[in-house]
Amino acid sequence: MKMPNTFLRIDDLHVEIDGKEILRGLDFEVKEGEIHVIMGPNGAGKSTLANVLMGHPKYDVTAGKISLGTQDITELKTHERAKLGLFLSFQYPQEIAGITLENFLRSAKNATSQTPMKVLEFQKLLKQKMSVLEMDPEYATRYLNHGFSGGEKKKSEILQMLVLDPKLAILDETDSGLDVDAVRVVAKGIQEYHHADNSLVLITHHKSLLEHIRPDAVHFLVDGRIVESGGVELIAKMEESGFTAYKG
Amino acid sequence: MSQKKTYVADIERELYDQKNPFTYSYKAEQGLTEEIIREISAQKNEPQWMLDFRLASLATYHQLDLPPWGPDITELDVDNIVTYVKPTVDRKYTWDDIPADIKQTFDLLGIPKAEHEFLAGVGAQYDSEVVYHSIQESVAKEGVVYLDMETAVHEYEDLVREHFMSLVPPRDHKFAALHGAVWSGGSFVYVPAGVNVEIPLQSYFRSNAPGAGQFEHTLIIVEPGSYLHFIEGCSAPRYSVNNLHAGCVELFVREGSTLRYSTIENWSRNMFNLNTKRALVDKDASIEWVSGSFGSKVSMLYPMSILRGERARSEFIGVTFAGGGQVLDTGAKVVHAAPYTSSTINTKSISKGGGTAIYRGLVKINKNAHHSKSTVTCESLILDNESVSDTIPVMQIDTDEVDLGHEAKIGRISDEAIFYLMSRGIDEEEAKAMIVRGFVEPISKELPLEYAVEMNNLVKLELEGTIG
Repeated sequence: MKMPNTFLRIDDLHVEIDGKEILRGLDFEVKEGEIHVIMGPNGAGKSTLANVLMGHPKYDVTAGKISLGTQDITELKTHERAKLGLFLSFQYPQEIAGITLENFLRSAKNATSQTPMKVLEFQKLLKQKMSVLEMDPEYATRYLNHGFSGGEKKKSEILQMLVLDPKLAILDETDSGLDVDAVRVVAKGIQEYHHADNSLVLITHHKSLLEHIRPDAVHFLVDGRIVESGGVELIAKMEESGFTAYKG
Repeated sequence: MSQKKTYVADIERELYDQKNPFTYSYKAEQGLTEEIIREISAQKNEPQWMLDFRLASLATYHQLDLPPWGPDITELDVDNIVTYVKPTVDRKYTWDDIPADIKQTFDLLGIPKAEHEFLAGVGAQYDSEVVYHSIQESVAKEGVVYLDMETAVHEYEDLVREHFMSLVPPRDHKFAALHGAVWSGGSFVYVPAGVNVEIPLQSYFRSNAPGAGQFEHTLIIVEPGSYLHFIEGCSAPRYSVNNLHAGCVELFVREGSTLRYSTIENWSRNMFNLNTKRALVDKDASIEWVSGSFGSKVSMLYPMSILRGERARSEFIGVTFAGGGQVLDTGAKVVHAAPYTSSTINTKSISKGGGTAIYRGLVKINKNAHHSKSTVTCESLILDNESVSDTIPVMQIDTDEVDLGHEAKIGRISDEAIFYLMSRGIDEEEAKAMIVRGFVEPISKELPLEYAVEMNNLVKLELEGTIG
């Protein structure tokens, strides 16, 4: 069996926002086919990490390096990262009036694909993925996330992930604020997405999603660093004693 | 290229000869005189009453002052207004004189080459006449009259005489008076009672009358129980060295009928666009305005609905895009002059690169107009810190029994929204364009598809800064 390649690699990442250092020397690595879970207390830098990976301009990377495959993406613009196969499911997805979910996703699909997809082929794909997520097809004709409930927005994010089919998906607290049924649907979406050649990073506070998904590794992110990495057994440890032991 | 120059020059000379059988020097004229008005009227072979009307308007024009409010238009050389009026001067330049940005816009908008010269004002003939005639024939079967205004003065003299500038009297303001004196071109539409005109009529197909697009007059009468959609303008900027536009639109919407009046205007960046549009709406009738304002140096445009019959309705939706060096002062006016009347005004403005977009509107509810309803919603999107947006909504309410709503929102494109779209592979420019297109979507969806596409293209071009 061939060894899986490293897809995402973060070396000694330091990130500031408005002069305040949030990530303080973070190292992290994801191989193809792997599912990683990142847990940590509020304010530890989890969402910062997700946003920095996607290239949010409001964060300053003061040191360190982010690589996708063999490419250094530290300086790349957000859309260029997306074209390389990076995807972020937002904790708080934006509402964009005036453009339908379907039209938007078709633009995005064409922007991230080598060759444009035919309209009918795209519609078929969209319909199939919506049915996996138990979404009413009518949502495709609604404005992007506009007037969607919290749960609908998260489903919209997972739908976008399924349609765009990225190499690496980062899910930033996709499970928070969801009821049991919605968590089940999100998990179903993740299972639909995941295969041996793509990877997932799940940022979460809860273990509910992890009842459906079996991660390859679990990491604790505290005060801007990965302080502990291990297997699923770490989840039980966190449940028991929280993160206080790691705080400086 | 040299071949083209020759072609244009030939056409131009021919036109010049044709349109100016009398030789007199414009240079000798100071100001707008009776002689010039008589000249215009004589060229059109008008009846005496129209000449008299023009001359009376001219007298009014000389009496009135510039409006004391609104954007600065002092750059207009009013003392030498004749330079804006001379009927032939806009033919006295060639393709080479057309500013590069206008030429480029034609290409970017995908306007067929054949139309470029016409739109630029240097071409003489344009095949749209053919299209125009076929439309004319198809609607004529139902008794619909669709003519250019000059022809209507002769063929429907009584109708024109009764209605012409009765809604927008020359006394209204200085440029209405100027219009009354020098009007030329425009459309006349008459829809008989109970006729539903299925295809939208488009002035674009017949706007090549001399002076059209400058002082054109549009007169539309829809008789009881009929329906018409009229579309004015096109997305390509029509260039003219005569940079004053003072058109006039008068719409008579009779009992139980519906008139939809859609406009997309994109004026060249040197244009003072001072246009007056008004609709008189009878019992149970509806006027629907759809308005897209692009281009110009200064625009002042406030289409007005007078709801004079019970349950008359007015709906106005408009989008305005102001770029650098532009002041677009636009809005809508509604007078509720009968009970149970209703109106909605829904405007969107975008300002960019130091442009100024102002909503200026009036809702007046008369004492007798009890149980009337009005809702005004103004949304502005400001794309950078140099640009300006303002809202001046005026409400004059003379009865208590009314239902009123007003909402104004001024916003900017959020960085988070751009980041969100970019995270899906969309580049920054397209992400902004998507948000702006989404912002104007409620208006573009009201337009026929080809116009909606053109408007989206315009928005894109404006954002890229390739126009102006």
